[in-house]
Amino acid sequence: MPLFYALFFALLLIQPAQADISDSSLEKALPLLLEKDFSIKAQAIEQITQSGDPKAKAILEAMLAGQLFYHKKDKRIVFLKKIDNNYHMTHVLSNEDLGVIKKRKVKKIAINNQLRSQLRTAIAGLSLGHQDPAVRLEAINQMLNNLEAEQASIIKTYFEKETDSRVKDVMHIALSLTQLKQDDPEQQLQALEQLKANLHPSVRNRLRQLVEDEHTDAQVKQVASSYLNAIETKTYWYGWLETLFFGLSAGSVLVLAAIGLAITFGVMGVINMAHGELIMIGAYTTYVIQQLLPDFIEISLFIAIPAAFLVSGMVGIIIQQGVIRFLNGRPLETLLATFGVSLILQQAVRSIFSPLNRSVETPVWMSGSIEINSVLSLTLNRLYIIAFCLIVFAALYFILKKTSLGLQVRAVSQNRQMARAMGIRSEWVDAMTFGLGAGVAGVAGVALSQLTNVGPNLGQAYIIDSFMVVVFGGVGNLWGTLVGGLSLGVANKLLEPWSGAVLAKILVLVFIILFIQKHPRGLFPQKGRAVDNG
Amino acid sequence: MFIQNILKNDTGGKTFLLLLLAVAVIVPVFNLLLPADHPLHFSTYTVTLLGKYLTYALLAIAVDLVWGYLGILSLGHGAFFALGGYAMGIYLMRQIGDRGVYGNPELPDFMVFLNWESLPWFWLGFDHFWFAMLMVMLIPGLLAFIFGWLAFRSRVTGVYLSIITQALTYALMLAFYRNEMGFGGNNGLTDFKDILGFSLQDGGTRIGLFLVSALALAAGYLACRAIVNSRLGRVSVAIRDAENRVRFIGYRVDHVKLWVFTFSAILAGIAGALYVPQVGIINPNEFSPLNSIEIVIWVAIGGRATLYGAVMGALLVNYAKSYFTAALPEVWLFALGALFVLVTIFLAKGLAGVFQRFGQNKA
Repeated sequence: MPLFYALFFALLLIQPAQADISDSSLEKALPLLLEKDFSIKAQAIEQITQSGDPKAKAILEAMLAGQLFYHKKDKRIVFLKKIDNNYHMTHVLSNEDLGVIKKRKVKKIAINNQLRSQLRTAIAGLSLGHQDPAVRLEAINQMLNNLEAEQASIIKTYFEKETDSRVKDVMHIALSLTQLKQDDPEQQLQALEQLKANLHPSVRNRLRQLVEDEHTDAQVKQVASSYLNAIETKTYWYGWLETLFFGLSAGSVLVLAAIGLAITFGVMGVINMAHGELIMIGAYTTYVIQQLLPDFIEISLFIAIPAAFLVSGMVGIIIQQGVIRFLNGRPLETLLATFGVSLILQQAVRSIFSPLNRSVETPVWMSGSIEINSVLSLTLNRLYIIAFCLIVFAALYFILKKTSLGLQVRAVSQNRQMARAMGIRSEWVDAMTFGLGAGVAGVAGVALSQLTNVGPNLGQAYIIDSFMVVVFGGVGNLWGTLVGGLSLGVANKLLEPWSGAVLAKILVLVFIILFIQKHPRGLFPQKGRAVDNG
Repeated sequence: MFIQNILKNDTGGKTFLLLLLAVAVIVPVFNLLLPADHPLHFSTYTVTLLGKYLTYALLAIAVDLVWGYLGILSLGHGAFFALGGYAMGIYLMRQIGDRGVYGNPELPDFMVFLNWESLPWFWLGFDHFWFAMLMVMLIPGLLAFIFGWLAFRSRVTGVYLSIITQALTYALMLAFYRNEMGFGGNNGLTDFKDILGFSLQDGGTRIGLFLVSALALAAGYLACRAIVNSRLGRVSVAIRDAENRVRFIGYRVDHVKLWVFTFSAILAGIAGALYVPQVGIINPNEFSPLNSIEIVIWVAIGGRATLYGAVMGALLVNYAKSYFTAALPEVWLFALGALFVLVTIFLAKGLAGVFQRFGQNKA
């Protein structure tokens, strides 16, 4: 009786396949996989490969990985994935989720070594023949890691047809690597000449094996080791370049976080401990805008930048008018009062948005990377952060140096009494300057929302770093902040591989503490005759 | 006689010391003699809580000495407090012996857990109480001395100094969070068993610690008052008000600052050492910059440059904190933040200033 049912269900499964002609060759081949005879299975694989069906590759890959099963009862072929100790079934054709199943109710479709190699070849062929160059590139790159002899001929056939230059390059490497595997020194030398100065990691690995292998021909060994050296020197320098890039992007984050402070602290002399919270408000503004406009994630950042500038700027002006104005000329008291403000803002955010981190979505155009060569690729979001930091810096520099507001700000910061005598409304200038610094903090928050978690503690994490950057760069000097921030970022990243992230940070802090002793006015001290009163 | 001399013209101080004496007598008596259901009975928990507040008060005095009388706003005094606490913590860890979870007589639990072979060199000697007590004063003192020597000599002042003290405590916090430092990583040191052979769980030990804290607070107060009244104290105040003029007259400003700062750090270290056995744990969070800023606000609320104001501020703010974080946790940060803002704008002299004005009006 059970056998009868099984046959019945198997028929049910096959029935629609025969009705639908387009899928027929794939669906006809599938039941053959259930046969015990490996030669029939081989035929089935052949048919699946020939079917031209987009699902074919996934099925073959699952089979190779041992994830293709069939249901013992109804003979349905399914993908089986283990998630949290449960086995989840997915239908191979419809990709429909069939739910959780006990493992003993299904049986794996067994393969032997011969089938394995057939599968690998078939998958290689399928992926190298794919329409999308990105898929082809990924496939060939994967093959490089584990190059089998039988794949070489396939690669050769597709190499002739290949149009995309990047794919073609990697295929070329693959072919040379297989040539290098031959025992003939003449062939090997030829292959080495092809691989000269190639930075692909698989080339480096293969050359290293070749140099370490005792059986290698002496001349081949010599050539290989000289090429290996050249490659390693190059890789080393590219490694430095990458560290520099990481450092510059980390430094840009520091500069973004600190540059608002460079205005309020550096130009106005106001210690604003709530600066971090103004950054946080900018990040939350980004979050709110994404919540309000869920269909415009791609452009949400461009709306968020001016919005965060306005929101943080307004909060900044309120802080200045409500608190700081009353503490004119008492920097330490200002420090305490603004710290109180920062606590209030943190708790306010906690009460409104909950203490949990909020996730801000990253637009698609921000993700991805530019591959310069196989050892150096620059991630786009880091690149954008560097660019954004420079734009913000340029804009601020322009405002302070070229606009009438900037002129008045500088006048008030240099000599308040004299500026007032010349008819500058110093209180209005104070409010605007503080608003500008606060607004820039908000803009930094938009950038940070793309990099870290947006939570009530976001600001606290950056406040000390920001002060360090401003003090290190030299108070009252925007250039100092830029140079200081970037160099601290680079220094941090240079130390990291040697000491670990936390120790690197400690070392940088200790360095700044010592640096301040030597140069109490920072990297670029403000020149002038101003002396502390007293 | 000597004490009377110190307290001449210090009505606030006299009142404070008398009150402290009264509390030091009443609390243990009510704890030991009254039955547990009596309305005036102090539970051992309350005694420990009060003992903790007293160590905070000592810390506040230390901050007031440098901020109120020397004009150095230290945002890193929590670091000295925590270092003193760690020195005490290491001694208490050594007293656990083989009663740890792993039962290793040589190594504390966390070192066994990290597969360490032997005790790191900086743990040696802490088996002895006197050595540990020396370190309680020496380590914060030494750090303050080196830090101050560098900073004051190169005339780092005002806001810059505040920010680098904050960087100091922040760097220490990051360092102590590392397991490799050998101070228990982010769990810190805890599970203490006894001190000088007395069990820390015992009510009597708790009262003893409370009394020692009260005594330390009184002694710390008298010492600070003596410094303030001395020539050193008068030069300090002059430095606070016009540093360059004092330097031009011929005083070694950096030396004065260095000695007062170091003394203050040692006081903070002692406070930390008394704090740890009462709360039963020390972890890197004590180094967090937020803690150090909170100390400053105790002093600001109580009133700067009065010493007894600092005590008042520490007790009031911490009592409010204990109350609010239990009853209305949401409100606490709002309240603390508002306190910062209102006190700095409207009460520049703190609560002590209000009392002084009140006293003058009456006179």
